[in-house]
Amino acid sequence: MRSKKTNRPASRIALSLSGLAVLVVLWAVAIRLSPGTLLPGPAAVLRAIVEIAQKGFLVKHVVASLFRVTWGYLLAVAIGVPLGIFLGRLRRPEMAIAPLIEFLRPISPLAWIPIAILWFGVGDLAAVFIIFLASLLPITLTAMNAVGSVALVHWNAGLNFGLSPAELARKVIAPAILPQLIVGLRLTLGIAWLVVVAAEMIAVNSGLGFLIIDARNAGNRYDVVVAGMVLIGLIGVGLDVAMRRLERLKAASWGYESAVEGVAA
Amino acid sequence: MSTFPQAAADRAKLTIRGLDMTFRAEGKEISVLENIDLDVREGEFVCILGPSGCGKSTLLNIVGGFLEPTAGTVTIDGEPVHGPDPRRIFVFQERGVFPWLTVEGNIGFGLGKLPADERRRRIDHYVRLVGLTGFETAYPQELSGGMKQRVEVARALAVNPDMLYLDEPFGALDSITRLVMRGELLRIWGQEKKTILFVTHDIDESVQLADRVVVMSSRPAHIRRIVDIDLPHPRDLSSRRYLELRDSIFGEIGLAHKI
Repeated sequence: MRSKKTNRPASRIALSLSGLAVLVVLWAVAIRLSPGTLLPGPAAVLRAIVEIAQKGFLVKHVVASLFRVTWGYLLAVAIGVPLGIFLGRLRRPEMAIAPLIEFLRPISPLAWIPIAILWFGVGDLAAVFIIFLASLLPITLTAMNAVGSVALVHWNAGLNFGLSPAELARKVIAPAILPQLIVGLRLTLGIAWLVVVAAEMIAVNSGLGFLIIDARNAGNRYDVVVAGMVLIGLIGVGLDVAMRRLERLKAASWGYESAVEGVAA
Repeated sequence: MSTFPQAAADRAKLTIRGLDMTFRAEGKEISVLENIDLDVREGEFVCILGPSGCGKSTLLNIVGGFLEPTAGTVTIDGEPVHGPDPRRIFVFQERGVFPWLTVEGNIGFGLGKLPADERRRRIDHYVRLVGLTGFETAYPQELSGGMKQRVEVARALAVNPDMLYLDEPFGALDSITRLVMRGELLRIWGQEKKTILFVTHDIDESVQLADRVVVMSSRPAHIRRIVDIDLPHPRDLSSRRYLELRDSIFGEIGLAHKI
C-alpha cells in the first residue's frame, strides 16, 4: 500500500538533508578556491547569525516577520475561504468574478506597495496589507475550486437526508473540501512568507526583510545579508513542515489516498 | 413459505403520469424520457431495466426529487414530489459513501436529530444487518467495493425510509460479490418491508430481484412492457419459469440469446 513507509524515518530525513549538505559543501569549497568579496562563506554566515542572536536582534526580527505574516494570512483566510465557498457554489457570481481574478492574477502583490503606503503609511499595516493581498487570491481560488469539485452524489446524499443549508455546509461541504483546502493553505502560507520579506524591505524598520536591506545599507555586511536569507529559508521550511502535518489529519487524509481505494478485504 | 412482503393489493404508493424529460445541450433539444406512466404498490420491488444511457437513471433522479421533469407528474402517497425527502433514500453507486466518515459515521449520518442512545442502537443494528461488525471505525478507503455498498445501503435503511431508490447499486462489483449483495438486499427487503425502485441494465439481476420488471426502450425511453415475475423467493435460477421469463425479456429487448 504505502511503499514509502518501508523507508525508515531516519534514512528519509538523512536523504532529504543530503541535497542541502552538498550545497553547503560546494559553497565552502568554492569560497576556499576563490576567496573574495562576491559572497561570504558558510562559516562567516554562521558567525553572523550567532552575532545577530547575541545582540538580541534575531528573535525581534523573526517575531516581527511572523507577526505580519500571521495577521495578513489569517485575515486572507478568514475572508477568502468563505468567499471562495460562496463563489464556487453559485454559478452567476463566479462567472462575474472570474475575469476580475484573471486580471488581478498577473499583478504582483509588490506592485501594490506604493498604494499600501499611501493608504496605511509606512509601517506594519502596509506590510500586513501586502501579505493579505498576496494571500487572498490563491486562498479564494483554492476554496472555489474545492467546492466546485465536491462530488454531486455527496451533495445529493446530503440533501436527501434533509440537511438544512447550514448543516450541508458543516457536514458535507466542509469535510469534502478540507483535503484540497489544506494543500491550498500550505501553498498560500509559502506565498505569504515570500512576500513579507519583500514588503519589509520597503515599508518597515523591523523583520528579516529589513535586516537584509539594513545590513547592506549600513556597511555592506553581506554576511548578515546571507544570514537573513538563510533564516528566511529555514523558517519557510519550518512553516511548510508544520502545514504538512495537517495533511496527516484523519479527517483529511482520505483525500490524498484515493489511489489505494478498495485494497483491503 | 415465502417470508417476503405481499404488495398491498391496490394502493399505489408511487404514481407517475405523462412524464417527459428533455435536456437542452448546445442549443439542441434531446428527449430522454417520453410519456412514462407507472404505478408502484406499497412494499413492491420494481426493477427498471434498460440499455445504458437510455434515461432510466434520469427517471430515478426525477422520482427522487433531484431533477424536475419537463412535463408530467410524480406523486407519492398522493403528494407531488418537488425535491428530495428523507422518507425516500437514494442509494448511489459506491461513490455515495462519505470518505471522511467511518462506517458508523456514515450509517449514523441521517440520525443527527435522534437522542444519542437511540442513534447508537440504530447504528449497531444496521452494522449487524449488513454484516460489517468489526469494521465500525474503518474508513471507506479501507473497505472493498462490496463493503462500501453495504455501508450505503445501511445508511439509507438507518433513517427508516418507506422507499429506497437504487441506481445500479451493484454495477461496479465483481460478479460473485454482486450475487451475494442481491441475496442480502432481498433478505433486508424481507425484514424491512420497503418499497424498492431498482435501476439496472442487467436482465438476470432484474428477474432475480423484482416483483415486476419495467422494460425501457433505448433513448428517448418509453416503457416497452411491464413483466410480472411470478416466482416465489428464494428463486431457483435454473427453473423453467425463471428461464422463460428471462428469455422473454431478452426477446423484448431484441437480443439474440447466443454469443
